[in-house]
Amino acid sequence: MAGLHKSEFENPVINWVDSRLPIFTMMQKEYGVFPTPKNFNYFWNFGALAMVTLMIMIVTGIFLAMNYTAHTSMAFDSVQRIMRDVNYGWLIRYVHANGASMFFLVTYIHIFRGLYYGSYKAPRELLWILGVVILLIMMGTAFFGYVLPWGQMSYWGATVITNLFSAIPIVGEPIVTWLWGGFSVANPTLNRFFSLHYLLPFVLIGIVFLHIAALHVTGSNNPLGIDVKTPQDTLPFHPYYTVKDSVGLCVFLMIFAFFVFFMPNFFGAADNEIPANPLVTPAEIVPEWYLLPFYAILRSVPSKLGGVLMMFGSIGLLFVVPWLDTSPVRSCKFRPVYKWFLGLLVIACVVLGMVGAHRPEGIWVALGRIGTIYYFAHFLVVLPLLGKLERPLPLPESISKPVLPRGGGPLPSGAAAKPMEKA
Amino acid sequence: MMRWVSLAAAAALIGAVAVLPAHAEEASMPRQAWSFAGPFGTFDRAAAQRGFQVYNEVCSACHSMKLAYYRDLSGIGLSEEQITAVAAGKTVGDIGDDGAPIERPALPSDHFKSPFANELAARAVNNGAAPPDLSLIVKAREGGADYLYALLTGYSAAPTNMKMGDGMNYNKYFAGNQIGMPAPLSEGRVTYGDGTPASVNQMAKDVVTFLAYISEPETEMRKALGVKIVLFFLLMSCVTYAVKRKVWADVDH
Repeated sequence: MAGLHKSEFENPVINWVDSRLPIFTMMQKEYGVFPTPKNFNYFWNFGALAMVTLMIMIVTGIFLAMNYTAHTSMAFDSVQRIMRDVNYGWLIRYVHANGASMFFLVTYIHIFRGLYYGSYKAPRELLWILGVVILLIMMGTAFFGYVLPWGQMSYWGATVITNLFSAIPIVGEPIVTWLWGGFSVANPTLNRFFSLHYLLPFVLIGIVFLHIAALHVTGSNNPLGIDVKTPQDTLPFHPYYTVKDSVGLCVFLMIFAFFVFFMPNFFGAADNEIPANPLVTPAEIVPEWYLLPFYAILRSVPSKLGGVLMMFGSIGLLFVVPWLDTSPVRSCKFRPVYKWFLGLLVIACVVLGMVGAHRPEGIWVALGRIGTIYYFAHFLVVLPLLGKLERPLPLPESISKPVLPRGGGPLPSGAAAKPMEKA
Repeated sequence: MMRWVSLAAAAALIGAVAVLPAHAEEASMPRQAWSFAGPFGTFDRAAAQRGFQVYNEVCSACHSMKLAYYRDLSGIGLSEEQITAVAAGKTVGDIGDDGAPIERPALPSDHFKSPFANELAARAVNNGAAPPDLSLIVKAREGGADYLYALLTGYSAAPTNMKMGDGMNYNKYFAGNQIGMPAPLSEGRVTYGDGTPASVNQMAKDVVTFLAYISEPETEMRKALGVKIVLFFLLMSCVTYAVKRKVWADVDH
């Protein structure tokens, strides 16, 4: 059978398909027997959770789009029609609306896991970069989606965010007009945002596919941050991690359902239940919680262009994290000093989130600036310097032998040289 | 180490959650015990029906509720005949078979009739401020039902040192304390069919219960379904965890 894939499946139908298009072989290789480090903790659930959430968002979104009208005079009422008249429309919409928050929640934890265990380091730099691209597309998609119900916060959020581009010298104003499709946020803006909101998730699927493809070339990192050395270090993905991911998935869906059914408006803003009105500005224009830290950075810089650059820079910085970190050790388990700085980064992000939710007055201005400074200092100063100054703990020989029989293992190459001489 | 990581993650989560509702401005509102609060709460039918009476006889003179249908009244316990009778008492505009505009009695499938033809008309007779639509009012205000109750009962004479705008009324819970709406409720403003004394507090509580229902008519169905779904995932979490233990039993890890 020249030209055909040699399929090992016995079922004749599967074998026939697989010989011509080896998707079954691929699935078996990538999700069946795929060798996966055996020491994952539950932090390794979050990639799968994000994947499932993306699917939930796309499915619910497709059904919402069937009932939504992208016109400024009808959008608000069409969303209310979904809530009141469409069978289980309230369920579909609340799953979608809370799903956005859940998506960011699991993604942020997924990113934190990557930072804590050094999953961005060689050879997984491109994997990490693709992840940052996913984050950016998610933010864009979430922003466009938030505009669609055409409430007050939708309208004014869209106005504020699109106006950011006017900070660009010379071409700023024309760019904003071009984004709007007019001279203010209006019907053309709503139409294109709806179009993009429907498009971007499918772009996301493409990038997620590349993200997973890259992962399956390098293999997963693990809580010890050391390379897989022998087959004893790994387990086949199925059933070990399919079942472990399922545990996390059930718990996650339980929390998700709790918000959908009992606190569906917890993440929402009351102002967005008021139809958009270009003549009335809400007392406060606040983005959704997952964008608050970036909003805080924007407002912490006392210059419009500077704020915009810092805000985009705060995400742009993530692209080069693999090269900013000079430590040869991946996992924070063996980085006794850096893990505290990473804790500070988490605190800085939470503080920035709180700053973003408050008017920039009094203490919030100072907190916003401190948080912003630490955020940038963490990546630009701590990460490069600490890698050289910190003395990492001895690494275990292998994943199968994390506890060393005679204490002390080989230090990673480079890490042993002049550790903490001046400290 | 894992504990530290979990703690940090939990702290981040709690922090993120604590960030959210953060804008109390005017006098802090007292919290009320609402029948529809909590995961098992349902609407007190009697209160909601009295509240509909208050809306019908008082609020609807100025406030539209145009997203709601007369048929929605079935959710607060009105029978089909009662709803048909309520609707038939209103006259709505339509287009006749000959294409000419006509007036006809409303049907249960009609939206609640708005008191004004359009927003400009509402503005014109209300000192320039259009009374807000009440279809979503409980969801559309920070503080929800507690805020509305506080607002309805928060009228008093303005402090002597406060300069009130023309036609404005003092309300200690309204942002800026000057509200266009005159105190809508007064002792005995309606006469309840069930003999409940119509105090201002009672009417406020009843009408807010009704408006909470109108703002989220799916509430009871949502909560009832939610209990089942959350229990299902709780059960599945336990079962899956047991399976995971079994699968991993022979792995040295």
